Amino acid sequence: MSDSPHRGTLKIFLGYAAGVGKTYQMLDEAHKLKDEGVDVVLGYFEPHGRKDTITKAEGLEVIPRRKIEYRGAMFGETDVEAILRRRPQVCVIDEFAHTNIPGSEHGKRWQDVHILLDAGIDVLTTMNVQHLESLNDQVWQFTGIRVRETIPDWVVKQADEVVMVDLPPQALLNRLTRGVVYTPEKAQQAMENFFKESTLVALRELAIRQTAHEVDVRHTVQDETQAAATSGEDQGSSASPRARSPECILILITEDPSSAALIRRGKRVADYLQAECLAVCILRDGNLQNIDAVQREAVEKHMKFARNLQIEPSVLQGDDVAQALVEFARSHKVTQIFIARPQQQKWPLAFGRGLVERVVRLAHDIQVTIVAERRR
Amino acid sequence: MSTKGRPDPEQLLRQLQAEEQYYGRGRLKIFLGYAGGVGKSFRMLDEARRRRERGEDVVVGAIQPKASPEVDALLQRMLVIPQGSVGGVPTMDVEAILRRHPQVCLVDGLAYDNPPGSAHPKRWQDVEHLLSAGISVIATVNLQHIEERREQVERITHKHVTETVPESFLRNADEIEIVDAPPDFALQRGSNPLFVNGTGSPALSPQQLSELREIALLLAADVVDYQLEAYLVRHGIQQLWGTCERFLVCVSPYVDAAKMIASGRRNADRFHGDLFVAYINRPDATPEERSVLERNLEEARAVNARIEALDGDDPADAIIEFARAHGVTQIFVGNRMRNSWWDRIFGQPLDHLIRAAENIDVRVFPA
Repeated sequence: MSDSPHRGTLKIFLGYAAGVGKTYQMLDEAHKLKDEGVDVVLGYFEPHGRKDTITKAEGLEVIPRRKIEYRGAMFGETDVEAILRRRPQVCVIDEFAHTNIPGSEHGKRWQDVHILLDAGIDVLTTMNVQHLESLNDQVWQFTGIRVRETIPDWVVKQADEVVMVDLPPQALLNRLTRGVVYTPEKAQQAMENFFKESTLVALRELAIRQTAHEVDVRHTVQDETQAAATSGEDQGSSASPRARSPECILILITEDPSSAALIRRGKRVADYLQAECLAVCILRDGNLQNIDAVQREAVEKHMKFARNLQIEPSVLQGDDVAQALVEFARSHKVTQIFIARPQQQKWPLAFGRGLVERVVRLAHDIQVTIVAERRR
Repeated sequence: MSTKGRPDPEQLLRQLQAEEQYYGRGRLKIFLGYAGGVGKSFRMLDEARRRRERGEDVVVGAIQPKASPEVDALLQRMLVIPQGSVGGVPTMDVEAILRRHPQVCLVDGLAYDNPPGSAHPKRWQDVEHLLSAGISVIATVNLQHIEERREQVERITHKHVTETVPESFLRNADEIEIVDAPPDFALQRGSNPLFVNGTGSPALSPQQLSELREIALLLAADVVDYQLEAYLVRHGIQQLWGTCERFLVCVSPYVDAAKMIASGRRNADRFHGDLFVAYINRPDATPEERSVLERNLEEARAVNARIEALDGDDPADAIIEFARAHGVTQIFVGNRMRNSWWDRIFGQPLDHLIRAAENIDVRVFPA
């Protein structure tokens, strides 16, 4: 990601469900900008057949979608090239978390948005809180839905602004009932599943807390910049008490499926504590090529997932996982080790031989967090 | 930061039962902003417009003077109940609104103090009156006017505010909606007299506005959390939601409690979550153990943790039971369970605790 001075600014309208009015509010802002003489275009806009939204888009220039054929059907995706040629000051791109159809230049829409930002175009976009990678397990826990289209947290953190688009759940349910959000049949179906009031209330709280966190992170950064500027010292100094966290988190990656949740959790805690985050995978001979294919595939998947969240995993050699893990932790000044809570059926009767117990015993000077799998 | 725990379920239930007796009571919706000029009045009037289009009978009971052009445009199409006056001071005419008895009444500026001699000293009490008469109210309020957050806000703005609304009034609203807009938007209106709300105070810096915005969002999250809890109680749902991070630090005379409590506080602050400190009641504890424990609890009090004494034959079970009941997401324990009375009686409580901590993370601290 180049941080050229001409990079465009990114503003995200964050909601907690379809129908809260994210697109509407974004278009409202687009109109205000246009009225102020700013050159605005709609790069991608998803009206979902909603009357209010369609009316709101009137009067704004639309860049037609790029047509892509996939398995005999035609799909429309953001035409990044066309937007770059048109070079507006501000481009509106709906649904930041969208996964592009195979055959598109980038897999994810947020990657398209980065191209525009790099070209100096400001972008307004929308997303729901449940698309945030680090919240994936929590969202599944109270909705029962495993959200597939996710955005890594660092992508959202790079946004210049995150604005909460709020609507009380009761009002959203009223909108559903009135057929404003979906067709009546689909609305009924939705209310029985995702749009249960308790789920909506919980998602809303999550969105509000996330926005508060985004605001917090941004003014903490401002604090530091100001502190550095006024003291005339460089960034590495401890000018601000919150400037640099002394914490460092280390995540143990294995082939076990619990690794994904462990990585998400460790990274989320690291982000909140503004701590550094490391990950290791420990193998008997330290070579991924020498383990069986199924195991390797699982480990590689988890390492790729970690990289996606901007954690660079290391592969270590070690006959004794607990010992290798703690040694690595000590040599890297790790303050907290994250390991998965063993699955119930895998608990040996003699706990003394268990990994958790050994890590805790060896890491006598380091904190160890045992992350429980989230169940519904 | 938020230090109070979740509401006591029993108390909540009684409250809900009381609410149900309020059959025929109007509904209250509040727009919450973090500063003047973010567009609360506009949002309130825009909602009123939509409700009127759907056939609801809406009137304006009170509106802030010196509105923006957008607000004026919406206001022109509304029925405004003229202000009354008490001792020559203009004020919302509650009697006239009650006589007119609309379905919905708009009340801008909830925190306003009524002139002496009014039926109620505060405007939010007038609203209470309208609600109990069966009139629904849509109202607006700014963060700085919430009693419990006032000091925190004053430390940022250096402005003293006297007119306030209790936070409980927000919690008991049927709906609360945040009017969130990033500071630059509020700043754009800095030239607008509306922004300073007629007080003539200078506009706030982006940094100050950003801090206020964070507090307003956290306040809204607390209100929503309270409402979620109420919903769960009302529907008899017992579930560990984990929307808000809650930290439980388990102290004993044998752990480095000071370090654990400090870390708990820091984590709770960074996650804007709650902090509990618990210890096991041991009638057979020695005087030395008691005095160490008391020192530890002193640390906990100093950082505003909620302190709990747990009873039970098995410490791990007592901790887990408390954690579940209070929606705890992380338990902090010391690695000195060995060589202590825990270990002498219960074998390996750490092992037992980790096994039992389904859905809850356990962080083990070095001795």
